[in-house]
Amino acid sequence: MDWRSILTPRAPIPRSFQICLGLGGFAAVLFLWWVVTSLGLIQPFFLPRPDQVLRAGYELFAELDFLADIWASTYRILLGFLVASLLGVPLGLLMGTFRAAEAFFEPLVGFVRYMPASAFIPLFILWLGIGDLEKVAIIFVGSFFQLALMVTVVARAVPMEILETAYTLGASRFQVILKVLLPASMPGMLDTLRIIMGWAWTYIIVAELVASEAGLGYRILNSQRLLQTGNIIFSIITIGVLGLLTDLGFKWLQRKLFPWTE
Amino acid sequence: MNSVRLRVEGLSKSFRSHGAEVTALEGIQMEIRDQEFATILGPSGCGKSTLLRILAGLSRPSAGSATLDGRIIEGPGKDRGMVFQNYTLFPWLTVMENIQFGLRLSGREKSECEAVARGFVQKIGLSGFERAYPRSLSGGMKQRVAIARALANDPNILLLDEPFGALDTQTRSLMQELLLQIWEELHKTILFVTHDVEEAVFLSDRIFVMTARPGRIKAVLEVPLSRPRDYQVKGSPEFLRIKTEVSRLIREESIRALSSSMMEPRTQEG
Repeated sequence: MDWRSILTPRAPIPRSFQICLGLGGFAAVLFLWWVVTSLGLIQPFFLPRPDQVLRAGYELFAELDFLADIWASTYRILLGFLVASLLGVPLGLLMGTFRAAEAFFEPLVGFVRYMPASAFIPLFILWLGIGDLEKVAIIFVGSFFQLALMVTVVARAVPMEILETAYTLGASRFQVILKVLLPASMPGMLDTLRIIMGWAWTYIIVAELVASEAGLGYRILNSQRLLQTGNIIFSIITIGVLGLLTDLGFKWLQRKLFPWTE
Repeated sequence: MNSVRLRVEGLSKSFRSHGAEVTALEGIQMEIRDQEFATILGPSGCGKSTLLRILAGLSRPSAGSATLDGRIIEGPGKDRGMVFQNYTLFPWLTVMENIQFGLRLSGREKSECEAVARGFVQKIGLSGFERAYPRSLSGGMKQRVAIARALANDPNILLLDEPFGALDTQTRSLMQELLLQIWEELHKTILFVTHDVEEAVFLSDRIFVMTARPGRIKAVLEVPLSRPRDYQVKGSPEFLRIKTEVSRLIREESIRALSSSMMEPRTQEG
């Protein structure tokens, strides 16, 4: 390869080189981590060595049923996300399609959107206790309003001209919604779901940190109380990996379901 | 002489823009005959697209009326096919599915729709692209599919709003020939909007020249060139004579349109 391309603005680089650099970024952080901890520059209490974190992870799985924690969080997210999607997607479509629906709902939804989901935690604990229902409610509040607004934008972005084309081909208003607006909005809606799912992970951890009996957030808080820094770090990395996997899953689904997108 | 298909009587359209009343169309009077290829030619901003949108039923006139086969146009319908300048294929449907869209809406048998669509794929020269999505088609191919999609519905009139406006000169020329070929084969009535003089002369039986805003019909010209026509006719003396005549008419209007648009920021009325 031509080494000058590295220092040429926006010049393309070979794919293999790109992958190496991507992995190199991870390796560099890992190496730095290993160096500062091995040389004793940072006490293990604040930051354990990478291998100690790995060991903590093994113990989490082997002794503390970490899998159950992962499942507890995942289950809550899926449930809250499902309910938010089932209600938010139709509402968003409605707002993006009918001006009257938009006029009625948008100010309301736009207002609630600015209330942070985490601020509802004390209220929901009061109403619903600290079980799954409260967590699901937090996910719902955090996702539903954003979701509805983002789907509204997606539906509104469908070009007027393709709706008009459908009319000139003999489509009724109902057919225009069903056969044009809906399929045209699909990829944008799936992308919205992907983004919202990322936020849902943040909400669940906050909710579990405040009050919980299981879940990744609970595990992190519990580890802090017992001064098990390795467990905290391993849990955080786990959340990152789960988020990454969900994201890749959505992108895969996007390619499978909508091969026609640009 | 063929009977009248489309009749436009005293049609006007005005709308409010920035608080001022703008007259886009004024007293439009025209008759399009059965199986005729008619063109509306005008400078940009003269309201020719507005007129076509009213005929398609996508916009309402402020006064006057338009009738197709004696029925007043009150909304969009499949008796009028429409092709827009912008690419309006449904991106989630393949070429075949796009062409069948209108037929399937009317609940016709699937195999029947497919047969019709396959015939059109051949007519527009896209065999082999039946299952391609619009994203993989060139601009010219997309417009061919759009024309086939409108024609598959078997409309009484085909309305085309600068359909080749976004294409390069060579593609455009080929598309014009293809359109003429299809028109001659299917005996359709076509109303074509353009600002390109050569295009109008090459395609039309008659040209309706429009004035700059407010749009009125300035002149109606017969194009006596023989049919069928191919690109070579564009070099004939007869063609050039007509083109010069039409150019002169349209040039006056373009100058008017240009000078009025330059004055617009300072004047209150439209």
